Amino acid sequence: MADTRRPLSPHMQVYRWQVQMVTSILHRATGIALAVGSLLVICGLLSLAAGEDSFNHFKSMIGSPVGMVLLIGWSWALFYHLCNGIRHLIQDAGAGYAIAQFVRSSWLSVVGSIVLTLLVWAYVLTAGGAA
Amino acid sequence: MSAKELPLKDRRDPLKVARGLGSSQSGVGHWWTQRMTAAALVLLGVWFVVTVLCLLHADYVTARAAVAKPWNALLLIAFVLSMFWHAVLGLQVVIEDYVHTRWKEVFLLVAIKFLAVLGALASVLAVLRIALTP
Repeated sequence: MADTRRPLSPHMQVYRWQVQMVTSILHRATGIALAVGSLLVICGLLSLAAGEDSFNHFKSMIGSPVGMVLLIGWSWALFYHLCNGIRHLIQDAGAGYAIAQFVRSSWLSVVGSIVLTLLVWAYVLTAGGAA
Repeated sequence: MSAKELPLKDRRDPLKVARGLGSSQSGVGHWWTQRMTAAALVLLGVWFVVTVLCLLHADYVTARAAVAKPWNALLLIAFVLSMFWHAVLGLQVVIEDYVHTRWKEVFLLVAIKFLAVLGALASVLAVLRIALTP
């Protein structure tokens, strides 16, 4: 911010809340969260390669209450980024830009990701908990 | 800097100063690679979630045998590589958008690339160790 004499564009707080801006913000936020979550994939693979003890330790870590909360958060982030990512790919192809379609697909990303997360965790819980 | 403050002695064409900035030389490379890895991750991500869910209560021997299967090892390596590549491209845009101090920006851009390469190599090595050790 070297030169503040330039005219500044109005920032987010002047806009009315709309679902399209939520999907946009969430796409970045979940992307950052998933980049951090890639550490979990590394940990899983390294512990599996290192031997039985370290793998069991890894399983008990992700099966602990804190691990479960993180896993639920990461699974939702993954499904949201996946649903909204598909939406972005369709938009990159030039489709879905009419305002009504744009709003509808925004809601589809949000609701779809929640439904997918619930389905996966319903399966995990009926199968007897994580890990 | 406003137009009035431009040094009058500078008789170079403004194009001379602009050349080499922005997306010149790289074009849509970043954008396109981000979309390519995204498309790959749609398929590989769904495969990864299903595979992990199938291994929900697997013990060490079962999990290791599953990862060691040729197709699983191959797809796992493909997943990990596209994941780290896509993550770096995304984080790069976020850093470029929000970090306005040049040295911090460059430091973070280099750091995420180093970390992603390390992470990708560590993951691939782990999969290979699992797949190639009898």
